[in-house]
Amino acid sequence: MLDIIVIFLLISGLIFFTGGAVGILRLPDFYTRLHPAGKMDTLGSLLMVLAVALFNLHDFTWNQLITSLKIMLIVLFVFVLSPTATHAIVDAGVRAGLKPWTKEKK
Amino acid sequence: MEVHAQIDTPRRPRRKASASGAARSHRPGLEILPRILTFFILFFLWLILSGQFDSFHITLGVISCLMVTYFSGDLLFPGTRKTGLIRLGFRVALYVPWLLYQVLMANFHILYLVFHPRMMDLIDPSIIRFQSRLKEELPLVIFANSITLTPGTITVYVSVDGDFQVHAIDRKSGEPLPGEMEARIIRAFKEV
Repeated sequence: MLDIIVIFLLISGLIFFTGGAVGILRLPDFYTRLHPAGKMDTLGSLLMVLAVALFNLHDFTWNQLITSLKIMLIVLFVFVLSPTATHAIVDAGVRAGLKPWTKEKK
Repeated sequence: MEVHAQIDTPRRPRRKASASGAARSHRPGLEILPRILTFFILFFLWLILSGQFDSFHITLGVISCLMVTYFSGDLLFPGTRKTGLIRLGFRVALYVPWLLYQVLMANFHILYLVFHPRMMDLIDPSIIRFQSRLKEELPLVIFANSITLTPGTITVYVSVDGDFQVHAIDRKSGEPLPGEMEARIIRAFKEV
């Protein structure tokens, strides 16, 4: 039962990572590419790390619980740091004078 | 911050009094709660990261957490607010699940966009400017990070008085700003 949940979480995380990669390839410019790059990875890593933490609790001991808590700490830091890093990259683009791509009004 | 009733004192004693008042607060009831919270957060991290539960390691942890709390106890909870911290933390913890739900929904929207065959017709990037009603630093940071965390919108620029510039990837992502997210943050941070 636990294995089914873990496999489901891993596969959904991989789907989000794949979407992020495809988005980086398909979108037109710097700013729009950051949308999938910075944030699909956040959710994908959240799901996959949750899966790892659950899989770690197979034989429930105190040490396994502490290890799972450490793994969850990684998620917390990623959740705080990923938007900040994305914002820093956007800010660098603005300072370099990149014009955002816009659709031509027809 | 102490208010002295000074009517006719010369300049030098007053400066000395204000300097000592800034260096050492004489109102322990307003300074002690953030430090206690900081100590417990640090000690929880110590227990998780060390994984040793014999008395020697716990004693070492208490000593080092006390030292760090003494040196930089006001690092985690800066600012003007010194009361209602526990209730504030509870409300922020209530905000987090809603944010996760929003992140999930927005992620599905971007997935749909990315795998759509005629993607170039759907996207319409634009820069949205709006004025936020939030005034304090911590709510502004949480709001900006929440905007960046929900796909489809990236915070480009925030000023101190809440002047936002947000890059939105299409109309649908940019519509709900500032909207419900800001209302929830205001509700979480309102004065008790």
